[in-house]
Amino acid sequence: MKTNKGLTLAYWVIVALMLVLGAIGLYWRLTFGHRLANYGQLIVWGLWVAMYIYFIGLSAGAFLISALVYAFGVERFRPIARLALFTALVSLLVALLHIWFDLGHMARFYEVYTRPNFLSMMAWMVWLYTGYFILLLVEFWFETRQDFVRWSKEPGLTGAISRLLTLGSKDLSASSRARDEKVVKVLGTIGVPLAVMFHGGVGALFGVVSARPAWHSGLFPLIFLVSALVSGGGLLTAIYALLAPNRGTAEYQSLVRDLGKLVLGLVLLDALFTFAEYSIALYGSIPGDVAPLLAAMTGPFWYVFWIGQVGLGVVVPVVLLGWNRTNRNPFWVGVAGLSVVFAFVGVRLNIVVPPLSVPELRGLVQAVPSARMTTLYVPGAMEWFLSIGIIGLGMGLYALGYNLLPVKPQAAKEA
Amino acid sequence: MARWGMVIDLDKCFACQSCTVACRMENNTPVAGPDQASRGRAILWNEVLPFVEGEYPNVTMTFIPRPCQHCDNPPCIKVCPVKATYKNEEGIVLIDYDRCIGCRFCTVACPYQVRYFNWYRPEWPEALKEHLNPDPEVAPRPKGVVEKCTFCIQRLRKARQKAEAEGRPFNPTDYVPACVQTCTGHARYFGDLDDPDSLVSQLAASPRAFRLLEEMGTEPKVYYLKQG
Repeated sequence: MKTNKGLTLAYWVIVALMLVLGAIGLYWRLTFGHRLANYGQLIVWGLWVAMYIYFIGLSAGAFLISALVYAFGVERFRPIARLALFTALVSLLVALLHIWFDLGHMARFYEVYTRPNFLSMMAWMVWLYTGYFILLLVEFWFETRQDFVRWSKEPGLTGAISRLLTLGSKDLSASSRARDEKVVKVLGTIGVPLAVMFHGGVGALFGVVSARPAWHSGLFPLIFLVSALVSGGGLLTAIYALLAPNRGTAEYQSLVRDLGKLVLGLVLLDALFTFAEYSIALYGSIPGDVAPLLAAMTGPFWYVFWIGQVGLGVVVPVVLLGWNRTNRNPFWVGVAGLSVVFAFVGVRLNIVVPPLSVPELRGLVQAVPSARMTTLYVPGAMEWFLSIGIIGLGMGLYALGYNLLPVKPQAAKEA
Repeated sequence: MARWGMVIDLDKCFACQSCTVACRMENNTPVAGPDQASRGRAILWNEVLPFVEGEYPNVTMTFIPRPCQHCDNPPCIKVCPVKATYKNEEGIVLIDYDRCIGCRFCTVACPYQVRYFNWYRPEWPEALKEHLNPDPEVAPRPKGVVEKCTFCIQRLRKARQKAEAEGRPFNPTDYVPACVQTCTGHARYFGDLDDPDSLVSQLAASPRAFRLLEEMGTEPKVYYLKQG
């Protein structure tokens, strides 16, 4: 209990520090615009776009795992279904904040609603995740409504928040619960194609760009979907394995094992997709196709690929989840999940940055032998600080929600 | 309706870069100091690029002046989420600076790398400020939007106004972008590609003519005449 308190305090101290850095980053961003960012003429998208696709992937992945329960009735994962929904909500918020700050004109985002160009994957993406956001909120409300009604009698903050979130509803009858479940099932089912479309759409946003051969592949939207499931699954597994309130019970042990198997399968599937993408392009030897991949594998940030993407993203989880000395131990299963969660930051950076460092006009970089056509991108302090702040905000909201909302992993009989 | 296009004779271009300077003065593109330039923030709507091929001692260098290619099938327009960039009825690819949200998707999608993001509010040294082009159509763009070559579209408007004021019909040869007008080697030609009698359409049909990244299907309206 003591260590738990210490850990909780440490968590909040870290969140507070992150928010302080974020405040500095926010001040710089709002005062100097993009002037302090390190992306440039060649690499025009950077850390924030990578973080955006990272968190939107976590969101889609977590949502699809909740849909296993709500849409497909896989009761096995019921204890983490609500947590998955809540994770999807918070990750989506963190993702949208990142991409919003990346816009040159933040105040003009409404143009995507008032004058959309439906030939643009970006417009589709915005419309689809707006629908997804609304669906998440409504689904989450119907799923937790009765708990809010029950909790609203509690004293303190929990009661106050719950009273607010009941939105006036007081019905605790079994028939109203049955109605809620029906609504949740319908919304969860609608959410599946929606999540597939919007996250596949994010992949397609990159995939349709014929000027970037490393993105321009039919596999790209599919890789995005699989990698969303891996990272979302990894995050939920880590949270459940390391934080579940019913640690030590047989039920917990067996669910952690099953989550581990799920993540292992997804990691292998994602590795297969990535291998297909890389090996086919490398074998083909077309310079424009090969250069961005080599930039990721042998460029100045080779370790993001080899240590991050391959090591932490594939080798570590495959060993920890495959070896029967570790895959029965919830701690190591949780570590495997965390490893995947960290590795995917590298995966996302490698999706965004190296392909942008290779212009389609061959020889362009050599033709402009000055720093302004630099192929090297290292995020600047403003980019890091703002991103850290947004993630800190997400972590703070997540911890608040985890403690104040009915989202904690539940034992199956309670649920 | 004209379909405006440009032909650049690489045999005549000697890379003096006066087109780059003329473009800058005509269109008020901001200068970048050493710090911002080193971050890749220089805005050059029309740059003369020296493409080097081969290894020493067998090296050849080809100078390619690169304005916006004004593609007939522009990849930048398809990807813009808010229709801020568009092709007008005369084939010129333009940007509505009041609508652009600054997402830079078009910059990523353009295979010619001719689209420039305004990373900061444009600045000029005092001496240069006095020489800004007062035409409101080329008023300095705000920070946070993407800009690029427009074939000096403001000159088309002026040419039409002038013809009207002089009480004569507008002639396509009245419209000359700044880079074409200033080209010291007379390497640049401009006109209506749909007019079979125009010089540009005849040159574009020359066996020496080629376009950049033709295989991408973007159908650029800037043609080059091969060296040699």
